[in-house]
Amino acid sequence: MIVTTEKLTKRYGDRAVVDEVSLSVRRGEVYGFLGPNGAGKTTTIRMLLGLVKPTSGTARVLGETPGTPKALLKVGSLIEGPGFYPYLSGRDNLRVHAARRGVHKTHVEAALEQVDLVGAANEKFRRYSLGMKQRLGVAAALLGEPELLILDEPTNGLDPAGMADMRDLVRALAAQGQTVLLSSHVLGEVEEICDRVGVISQGRLVAESTVEQLRGDTVLLIRADPIEKAHVLIEGSSLHGDVLHVRETDAGALVRALVHADVDVQEVRPLRRTLEEVFFEMTGAA
Amino acid sequence: MGSVKAELLRLWKWPATWVLIGVWLVMTLTFGYLFNYLALNGGTNTRDLSQQQLISSMQPENVGAAVVRGLPMFGGAIILVLAALAVGSGYGWGTWKTTLTAGPRRVSAMAGTLGALAIIVVILVALTLFVNLGAAITVASVEGWDWSWPGVGVFEALGASLLIAAMWTGFGVFLGVVTKGPALAVGLGLMWAIVTENLLRGVGSLLGPVEDLTKVLPGGSAGNLAGAVGGSGAPGVLTDLSGTTAALFLVGHVVVFVGVATLLKVRRDLV
Ligand SMILES: Nc1ncnc2c1ncn2[C@@H]1O[C@H](COP(=O)(O)OP(=O)(O)O)[C@@H](O)[C@H]1O
Ligand SMILES: [Mg+2]
Repeated sequence: MIVTTEKLTKRYGDRAVVDEVSLSVRRGEVYGFLGPNGAGKTTTIRMLLGLVKPTSGTARVLGETPGTPKALLKVGSLIEGPGFYPYLSGRDNLRVHAARRGVHKTHVEAALEQVDLVGAANEKFRRYSLGMKQRLGVAAALLGEPELLILDEPTNGLDPAGMADMRDLVRALAAQGQTVLLSSHVLGEVEEICDRVGVISQGRLVAESTVEQLRGDTVLLIRADPIEKAHVLIEGSSLHGDVLHVRETDAGALVRALVHADVDVQEVRPLRRTLEEVFFEMTGAA
Repeated sequence: MGSVKAELLRLWKWPATWVLIGVWLVMTLTFGYLFNYLALNGGTNTRDLSQQQLISSMQPENVGAAVVRGLPMFGGAIILVLAALAVGSGYGWGTWKTTLTAGPRRVSAMAGTLGALAIIVVILVALTLFVNLGAAITVASVEGWDWSWPGVGVFEALGASLLIAAMWTGFGVFLGVVTKGPALAVGLGLMWAIVTENLLRGVGSLLGPVEDLTKVLPGGSAGNLAGAVGGSGAPGVLTDLSGTTAALFLVGHVVVFVGVATLLKVRRDLV
């Protein structure tokens, strides 16, 4: 296991921003860490890097305590946007980072090449486009050949071309066997790249599985009258226009309960959903 | 080691470093030599400084005093701004995040910042010495004075200058870490260095305990050390304490500022 967390929790005041999250990232996989904005992805990642101390629970990164030199030197990260000196060139920023990491400066050129920034290496970071800034962040994360690459929403704010570049970059790294923890609030953006995904919503890990398993859940579509009453009756159902979706196995029991409560059931059928729908349903984001 | 190298690299290539050092050198030349020289040659009434004092203050052998007297207030303010910016802006730029996830433990990362700032500040004091010495020799030659090189006393003045500079650096670092940003750190620091302590000294003439306190506050102890090693005739220079006492208080300030800043840096969540 590259990363394991055990009931990892962070509270700010009364609010559990990350709530007993137990996840695991395996060697060689691309792990998609998914959740809507504010779900707790960045806070979880900050705890994996020792930037934020957990309120309770534990995390191990490559068998080490997060934030220790042993753990940090084996992890490259880009968290919530790149943090570089605006007045330095891309190359100088990487040299500074290489010095901190104890990596020889010759590795800087290879990293620049990997993210396709050789041509702009002498330009000031301040002048970079957002996409270039993010790529420089990935280059910095790659310095020192880390065993784990943590990328927190690396496509955030990018235009479609920038997003495609970033996706290609991650795909290329994955093809070389790089273990990647990739967070995103857009499922469609990572579903083709990821081997497994963890879905976080309001601080809780609501699912962790392969993409296929996630999609494979059967969902029932229910048309009934009055639909609001059915919505209230069926725990965990979500209202989509004039129909209900519910992750349920026993359709018979469900219909009986509705009829018993004087609700007219007009249609019940299994629904094959897109991943996006699964995601929305799980995270409660409509 | 890598941390010091990294910090030095980015401070060295930071325009603000050289702008602030440049501003300081121009200020010290302007107030230490240019105005004095003009006053001497203008033949006008030179207010509280007699001709003889003016000449003495510009002599190459008194360059140590010329260096140290600027540091308790204006030089100190510039050093404080440099340190506060160097530390505080890392929060907004996100470079602290990059630094603290790079590998070294937090205490090493902080030591890297402090070490690199120390090197920059030593360079600043050394440049101040060379520039002042150059100006003094130029004035002495132009005026045809009999001049001599500074004696060993210059080392005492330089030591005092470095200690005063270290205190202001520590103060700036402390403010940068506490306020987690450059703007408030610089604002509070400048206000403290230039306004607050002077106001307190004003109040102190009415209230005994406040007066005693002002002598040992950061600016007060810096001013007293400068005064004790021969600095005079500049704002902020005082002669209320012995050099040893003032130096001990300065060391205490450095320890507290750097200690608290490091402790906060090591302990606090970075979000
Ligand atoms: N330092 C903090 N103090 C209080 N609340 C915070 C802090 N950091 C994050 N939060 C809150 O925690 C929640 C999760 O934030 P975050 O982990 O950044 O989510 P995500 O990365 O999934 O968008 C948000 O509601 C955010 O407002
Ligand atoms: Mg986030």
